[in-house]
Amino acid sequence: MVDMTADTDQNDAGELRTADGQPLKSSLARAQRRARTRAAILVAPLLLFVLITFVVPIGQMLFRSIHNDGFTMHTSISDGVKTPIMVNLRDWFDDNPRGTEPDEAAYEALVMDLRLLRELRAPGQVGTRINYEHSGSRSLFTKTARRADRLEAPFKEAVLDVDEDWAEPELWSAMRTASNPYTLSFYLAAVDMTTTPEGDIVSVDENRQIYINLFIRTLWLSALITGLCFLLGFPVAHLLAILPMRTSNLLMILVLLPFWTSLLVRTTSWMVLLQSQGVVNDVMVAMGIIGDDGRIQMMYNQIGTIVAMTHILLPFMILPMYSVMRTIPPSYARAARSLGATSWTTFRRIYFPQTIPGIAAGSMLVFILAVGYYITPALVGGSDGQLISNLIAFHMQNSLNWSLAAALAALLLFGVLILYWLYDRLVGIDNMKLG
Amino acid sequence: MALATYASPTEKAWYYAYRVICALIFVFLISPILIVMPLSFNAEPYFTFTREMLTLDPAGYSTRWYDLLLTFGMEAPDGPRDGSWWADAWANAAWINAAKNSVIIGFFSTILATVLGTVAALGLSRPEMPFRRIIMAILISPMIVPLIITATGLFFFYSWSGLANSYVGVVFAHATLGIPFVIITVTATLIGFDHSLTRAAANLGASPTTTFFKITMPLILPGVISGALFAFVTSFDEVVVVLFIAAHDQQTIPRQMWNGIREQISPAILSVATILVIISICLLTTVEILRRRSEKLRGLSPT
Repeated sequence: MVDMTADTDQNDAGELRTADGQPLKSSLARAQRRARTRAAILVAPLLLFVLITFVVPIGQMLFRSIHNDGFTMHTSISDGVKTPIMVNLRDWFDDNPRGTEPDEAAYEALVMDLRLLRELRAPGQVGTRINYEHSGSRSLFTKTARRADRLEAPFKEAVLDVDEDWAEPELWSAMRTASNPYTLSFYLAAVDMTTTPEGDIVSVDENRQIYINLFIRTLWLSALITGLCFLLGFPVAHLLAILPMRTSNLLMILVLLPFWTSLLVRTTSWMVLLQSQGVVNDVMVAMGIIGDDGRIQMMYNQIGTIVAMTHILLPFMILPMYSVMRTIPPSYARAARSLGATSWTTFRRIYFPQTIPGIAAGSMLVFILAVGYYITPALVGGSDGQLISNLIAFHMQNSLNWSLAAALAALLLFGVLILYWLYDRLVGIDNMKLG
Repeated sequence: MALATYASPTEKAWYYAYRVICALIFVFLISPILIVMPLSFNAEPYFTFTREMLTLDPAGYSTRWYDLLLTFGMEAPDGPRDGSWWADAWANAAWINAAKNSVIIGFFSTILATVLGTVAALGLSRPEMPFRRIIMAILISPMIVPLIITATGLFFFYSWSGLANSYVGVVFAHATLGIPFVIITVTATLIGFDHSLTRAAANLGASPTTTFFKITMPLILPGVISGALFAFVTSFDEVVVVLFIAAHDQQTIPRQMWNGIREQISPAILSVATILVIISICLLTTVEILRRRSEKLRGLSPT
């Protein structure tokens, strides 16, 4: 009866209203909007901060990977004035399709451009840019630019007189590629590809391929380390989950302490342990497993990287598995046993399937972290234990080919983001736990 | 889980074998961290136990590497250890300067990360937060994206914006890296948060600010502090970004270690490592105490 009256009232009024006469619907919408705004305002400062200090820098890095104006623009170090360079040659490239034999006009344009470069003291910059595509070009540019003022027509012979390498079609192809500041050539280089003078994209020589192999090695080592972490982490996580809380809390410290210890400390410890004059070798010699002259080289190679990284990443595997295993009711296993299953069948059919969410969470986390590891491989990896991150650092700090470093980093980032997205879909980042 | 009385001999054997395997894995986990402690007291510049050390002969042990930490970089390391010697050490010793830098950078980046992160976590834990999932993914990503990529990006960004070689730049970068940890720990605390408490406070006439400081803050404080500790450790342990964007004279402890390991590894590194392990033991203890406190506050005390 009461309901019916209320219904009639509502029909009379047309709609429900709040105490102050507003329609309930719009009042609710306003309240919800206010709540949403309030939540958004709380998050906004941090989001802005992360956008500026993290997302923008990464965007800048991505831009750098497709943009290099080393061949097109000179920026003065003293006053920051920008001067377009190689203008004549770029015009010639625009007028002639790829594969055209460079003619007298092309060489004339080159000499004019080199004269400007000499004035700006910039032949090194341009040479370096071309050197990325075609090695040995830097000295060619500096040498020819030095004599550019004295070169006279016919320019083709004059330039070739300075150095015959100017006739190489690969060099002209590289200059054509570099004449556009926006280029994918660094991505091609990052996957061991190159552009032929005819404009075809081909793989570089078998024995000059570096990056593909390194990507494969990075993935393979990360997978191996993830597998090892799983093998070592599963029993420990299981034990921690089935022990009484008091004992497992104590044992948990043994997992958490490595987690809290500085990465460099743990890497240093492994260097100390694995040295050929280190503790592990000493113990093995003392136990008579190996002779004093048969000490095993365990550092500065892949073994070092694998052992140290497995140790460092193991807590990231154990913690998510543990938090899943803790919630599995032991009564399921007991029910299986009472229905006649052997302990192995119980484990295989009942217990293990329930732990898979934890395994997935831990494995993905370890794999994601392993793929981008830098410090540990750099210190204990030697030459064959290096990962892709180490090469990015090499190109950033030693070879100074920043665009190639950015392209390699972009490829790595792309892979990591896919894994991250998968992780979010399968596990959910809300469920990430720290200790 | 105790061994069942009906267990077969194989199961009994496996029960013990399993525990032995687990014990070995625990040894694998913990021994590298503990091994540096005795080795840092080695009297010889070796990285292994000498015969004197194994026989517990006092002659095999010394604190010379700890002493080297103080004197390395000093102007007059051999003078008498009076006030001016200590002043010299405080001003010039390389490791002390590195420690000062690490603490300064760690302190400010932790404050920044904790304040921004806590406020954002309050917003993120509200169910009405729009685009919650994607924003969360962005805020957590500094933890997932490989450090070398972050460092590369920051290198370009800072050399473009002029923040390179400055403390502010390093502090901002470290704050960004610490933020995911604050977000994760604080949101985890807020999951068990009883929102009727804030409503009750509002009902009793408290303003939102009063409610936050009198009701919400004390309850989430353990989570905030552990988040802050995580952020501090992240900054204190970070070397890649520092290598890429900091000036040459901005040495931090990890950077000094990194240089030390790459150039000539000496047991002095082990004494630093020992000190750092002791610091991390203290931090871990604090976090564990806080976690238990938080569980007790929220009525989740372990059974």
